[in-house]
Amino acid sequence: MDTFFLVASLVKIIAILAYIYGLLWVMGHANRWVKIGGIVLAFAVVQLALTPFGDFQILTAFDQGLLYQACAMTMVALGLNLIYGFNGQFSLGQWGFYGIGAYCAADITYRWINGDSRGLIVVAFGVVLVALAIWGIGKFLSRYRGIPVMSSFTLYLLGTVAAAAVAVFIGNALQPLLQPALGTPENPGWLNSEIALQVVFFLAVILAGAFAAIVSFLFGLPVLTLGSDYFGIATLGFTIVINTLMINSDTILPFPEMKGGRGMIGIPKLTTWFWAFAFMVLVIIVMRNFIHSSTGRTVMSVREDETAARAMGIDIAGTKLLSFVVGSLFAGLAGGVYAHYIGFLSPGTFDFLVGFNPLIIVVFGGLGSMSGTVAASFGWIFFLEGLLRVILSQMGTEAPTWRFVLYPIALLLLMLLRPQGLLGNTEWGFLKAKVIPLKVEK
Amino acid sequence: MLLEVNNINVYYGAIHALQGISFNVNEGEIVTLIGANGAGKSTTLRTVSGMIRPRSGSVVYKGEDITMTACEKIVVKGISHVPEGRKIFAPLTVRENLEMGAYTRSDRSEIAASMERVFASFPRLKERINQLGGTLSGGEQQMLATGRGLMSRPALLLLDEPSMGLSPLLVQEIFRIIKEINSQGTSILLVEQNASMALSIASRAYVLETGRIVMEGKASDIANDPKVKSAYLGI
Ligand SMILES: Nc1ncnc2c1ncn2[C@@H]1O[C@H](COP(=O)(O)OP(=O)(O)OP(=O)(O)O)[C@@H](O)[C@H]1O
Ligand SMILES: [Mg+2]
Repeated sequence: MDTFFLVASLVKIIAILAYIYGLLWVMGHANRWVKIGGIVLAFAVVQLALTPFGDFQILTAFDQGLLYQACAMTMVALGLNLIYGFNGQFSLGQWGFYGIGAYCAADITYRWINGDSRGLIVVAFGVVLVALAIWGIGKFLSRYRGIPVMSSFTLYLLGTVAAAAVAVFIGNALQPLLQPALGTPENPGWLNSEIALQVVFFLAVILAGAFAAIVSFLFGLPVLTLGSDYFGIATLGFTIVINTLMINSDTILPFPEMKGGRGMIGIPKLTTWFWAFAFMVLVIIVMRNFIHSSTGRTVMSVREDETAARAMGIDIAGTKLLSFVVGSLFAGLAGGVYAHYIGFLSPGTFDFLVGFNPLIIVVFGGLGSMSGTVAASFGWIFFLEGLLRVILSQMGTEAPTWRFVLYPIALLLLMLLRPQGLLGNTEWGFLKAKVIPLKVEK
Repeated sequence: MLLEVNNINVYYGAIHALQGISFNVNEGEIVTLIGANGAGKSTTLRTVSGMIRPRSGSVVYKGEDITMTACEKIVVKGISHVPEGRKIFAPLTVRENLEMGAYTRSDRSEIAASMERVFASFPRLKERINQLGGTLSGGEQQMLATGRGLMSRPALLLLDEPSMGLSPLLVQEIFRIIKEINSQGTSILLVEQNASMALSIASRAYVLETGRIVMEGKASDIANDPKVKSAYLGI
């Protein structure tokens, strides 16, 4: 039994890595129909493997959980790779944004199924209004020269607070109108039908990403000017502050439904393989197009040499902020997917120590490699969280804790043997840059 | 007058790096700044391109005060800075490096035309178009850095030690190309350790000593000055 389990697990991990490779390959296929067909096929294969035919099921419920976690981790880690790997800003804040996304999305759907529309309405209007406010203030500020960062930050903050207040007002005003359609948990209205809930879930995840992005904008604006090392410390502080707020969400913050340190329960488990896969593929596509666009090149040039980048006319502060915001957006989306898979959020999950996981994954996979990040995310979750946990738990109740000894050893070995990470700079399939052929002169 | 620098004072913390420097560049000229290590030549270029701000004094370009203008806006206005030490983007290909140089421009066909012009000056770059910048030889990297500086189609090109670390033959080649770029209508402010070469292609020159201009005039006059000869030309 033991050896069978071991062999089966290893085969599973290899199959999953091959699957990732195949997925990226088919996504990069030149023919559009092959591409779309391949993505649908990739979805279907796993969907079928997850389906129980009587007693026969290739991927168990446990594997299913690992899959969702791996998809979420891929999004978090890709975001971090954008910030750290491609833009060179050492950040420990990614986990905080992941937590923000998780709580934000969870709160929206939790309130919704309990007959409260304000979660969705306030965040939706808030995100749109704040984005408009930030855009307007940005336009206004661009007309002046030499404005100190803290002054523009103050303006943005005031604009955000004002826009958010308007959103809260709108939410409170609309609630009585929507309440009848929402119904109560015992007696749900049509806005809580199966289909409507799927739409709300989709919006909740998107809004969670947008919410995390806005927070990262406001946080990054003053903090990114600090320079890389200090930025790292500040982002660590950010993750700790967010964690503290989560622990006190029912006392300091006005969110009794989050239940502070006891953990938020009763979140609808809406994440399916379809959604996890769809959001992950979406993030991969956005990330790839971003990196290989001219903006992506400015992001990398800022990492390479700030002086040269400035000489090219690149706005250094703006570029850093952009990659930080996009990276945090990915983390927020991932949080939404995670919250609706697990159904229960505890502040312990978003502790800063756990927050080193995406960092280790990014370094493991290779700092400049998106494919490495994707592969390492899946490998990490399935190997360390899956296989090792099961094996160690058969050795004794305390044994799983040994994982935390094995991670660092694995990392140390990797740094000694292959400091550039498993994949270094190599990319697979879809994530490769197109080589523009040299134009032959006539 | 294309560029006019008036009495600028620049500090790095407590270090008074530029102590009231004034000079100018006319349309179509090559002007060179020469001086010993640490005299403040690179600092002068950095101030003109907006990378550092003077504590007092002004930088006027085409009649407009750009002393406090952001670096990225100065590039759009037509000043391009090729910084000291090449500073090319190692993980990007030659083509991508050049495209970065045209970052502030958007017209695809005009960018392609500029790239062709760069390739006409530096045919070697064309042969290596898909090679990574970091794998070019030192001389090729210098060509790439200079070519990249031209991609924003500047009216004024600031060159910081373009001959650094090049073999004598390549130095000749680079200076010939600088002259050629100038004859196509780009004004050049050139900083050089290789004073004799710089003076041979420049029309005017300024001599910098510990943050002050101690001599200025026609390049040929400066080249014949006995003090300059002994201090900078090693004759
Ligand atoms: N970032 C900096 N921080 C502190 N001091 C600096 C900085 N950059 C330059 N300096 C100082 O300012 C003075 C002028 O430096 P600058 O780089 O302009 O010299 P340079 O004339 O270009 O010399 P070189 O020919 O060696 O390149 C030097 O004394 C230098 O030590
Ligand atoms: Mg210098």
